[in-house]
Amino acid sequence: MKAVRSMILISNDPESIVRGSEKIFSVFQEQLAHYGLTEEVSLSLVPDLGHSYASPLVMIYPEAVIYGPVKAADVPFIVEEHLYKGRIVEEKRAPIHELSGKVAWLSARKGTLPAENRIVLKNVGLIDPENIEDYIAADGYQALGLALEMTPDQVISIIKESGLQGRGGAGFPTGIKWGFVNKTYGDKKYVICNADESEPGTFKDRVVLEGDPHAIIEAMLIAAYTVGADEGYIYIRGEYQLAIERVETAIQQAKEYGFLGNDIFGSDFNFKLHVHAGAGAYICGEETALIESIEGKRGEPRSRPPYPTTNGLWGKPTLVNNVETLANIPAIIRNGASWYRSLGTPSSPGTKVYTILGNVNVTGLIEVPMGITLREVISIYAKGMKSGSFKMAQTGGSSGSIIPASLQDTPMDFDSFKKAGVSLGSGALLVCNDEVCIVDLTKVLLNFFRVESCGKCTPCRIGTKRALDILVDITEGKGTLENLDELLSLSKEMLDLSNCGLGQTAGTPIRDMLNYFRAEVEAHIRLGVCPTGVCPMHD
Amino acid sequence: MTSEPINEVETLEGIREIVNKIGTTRADLIPVLQAVTNKFGYISQTAIKELSNLMKLPTKEIQSVATFYRMLSTQPRGKHVIQFCESAPCHVVGGREVWIALKDALKLEPGETSADNKWTLLTTSCLGVCGIGPVILIDTDMYGNVTPEQVKNILSRYE
Repeated sequence: MKAVRSMILISNDPESIVRGSEKIFSVFQEQLAHYGLTEEVSLSLVPDLGHSYASPLVMIYPEAVIYGPVKAADVPFIVEEHLYKGRIVEEKRAPIHELSGKVAWLSARKGTLPAENRIVLKNVGLIDPENIEDYIAADGYQALGLALEMTPDQVISIIKESGLQGRGGAGFPTGIKWGFVNKTYGDKKYVICNADESEPGTFKDRVVLEGDPHAIIEAMLIAAYTVGADEGYIYIRGEYQLAIERVETAIQQAKEYGFLGNDIFGSDFNFKLHVHAGAGAYICGEETALIESIEGKRGEPRSRPPYPTTNGLWGKPTLVNNVETLANIPAIIRNGASWYRSLGTPSSPGTKVYTILGNVNVTGLIEVPMGITLREVISIYAKGMKSGSFKMAQTGGSSGSIIPASLQDTPMDFDSFKKAGVSLGSGALLVCNDEVCIVDLTKVLLNFFRVESCGKCTPCRIGTKRALDILVDITEGKGTLENLDELLSLSKEMLDLSNCGLGQTAGTPIRDMLNYFRAEVEAHIRLGVCPTGVCPMHD
Repeated sequence: MTSEPINEVETLEGIREIVNKIGTTRADLIPVLQAVTNKFGYISQTAIKELSNLMKLPTKEIQSVATFYRMLSTQPRGKHVIQFCESAPCHVVGGREVWIALKDALKLEPGETSADNKWTLLTTSCLGVCGIGPVILIDTDMYGNVTPEQVKNILSRYE
């Protein structure tokens, strides 16, 4: 990293881009040149974390001053005052209560907000993701060096001891999975990073790939060394164009620095890494469908067993891990298993990245220790409900649940949620107020499953369609009480008979709806009214 | 298919170029189809036949893959493609109202292309920018925090 006097970061999330962040960047360039500061001050566009009403934000270090919302016309004054004369422009500072996510966390270090605890998002927004030296300066590729000095079994035992569980939704112990692939005999093995993040409401993996791509490359290198693979794929969903570009740049740089290629760090370990862009299909997040898709076929899940750990890509033993899971690996190798266990709960150590969405004051990304409650998330990080009172939260996508207000004090970790009969899902927290109708929400969720069902197996293809038809009938005042029984049996049949996770969990919203909100559903049928006034209740 | 590109020779040349650049193995099929969609807007029957020759795959295999993925299209689309996110996070923060406004303004149902070939209206699952829902994607321009009142203004930016 080049030594500079000041560092300027300009938020570059979609919202900031709409509000002219790129123009602001170019005016900064002009003005820095005008004052002869180009060599002393670094300037970067960074994908902002979390949402702010004050975007675009401009952060200037070392003072850690956050300005916002900044207009291009403000830039000459900020450069003259702050960077040339050294005086902070108080009137342009962003109001603290309008910051969330990363910027809130930055303020938090000055004691104004409860701090998050960042491992996965440690570097995001703080380093230049297109410069490998920034990553190296932030302890990057150190864990790879440490891992290469260990035996694969030693690495596996550290990961096992750390208690890391897969963050893609299922929560399978990562160390055990690595052990499976390591123990499987194969002349060729693969490591795949599942970055086909498509669970509605989830964008944590996108932010990691855009903001810290080298962390994923380093983790995949460690994984490959451990399981005995020499080739890997990062399967990124096609819509994530920026993430694809950033990862491709990072791979190129890692090659130039000798982290990818042959005889890495003078060992006899070789690793080749490819990016595969998805073409728009939610089902490809399912690991066997993802493998089919890399092979150039329709993304239809395979029958399991055999599992990818023995028969994966092109029939070879294959390790598939989620982005967030991998992002934990370098930190665990650097700091050890007991450090990781000091975070989170005994059954689910570590942190979890959540996306907070819906009817709350502040939406965005947070990374907090496992075991925090929904009530804490809403009151502390989301700054409370925007309107109405809390009714329920939906935890995102196929593996998620609908969590009623009665469960908002349940610790959010894999174990406690399992005991409560709900699921953490992918980490999306869609917070709904009392103006949201449960039938309408369930209808939208079922429509998602109907659209995204690959159609290979009948229970899922027909079941999602039939369930959606019934839900539409209920919202149009044409539902019957018998329909509710049919919905329940459909959801059970989809769970028991579907080939993959999509169909198996498509009935979850139906079960949750009837479990926690039956009275509201029956009001649609018995009284012909939608209590929230959302449903049309007629043709 | 009624509206094949006018210049078939150009299409064939373009397809050969793409295949030469990307490759002819089975694993190259999806990247090739993506490149064809990006270049021509959709994958025509002419294109599928030519790919079948070049990649030594049955046309039905190519057709089957091309119709599976949302980002690939075997139908011609309008000059501008509007994708409206219909997933739950956008829905509960006002997406329903925006969708009604959008359909009203365009007089189109999902999947339809306007008579003047200007617009194609599609619904899509989550685009991964849920912090700023409701979200509309027009070609490659992302619009967030959209309100029903903004819809007409947004559409008027496109020629």
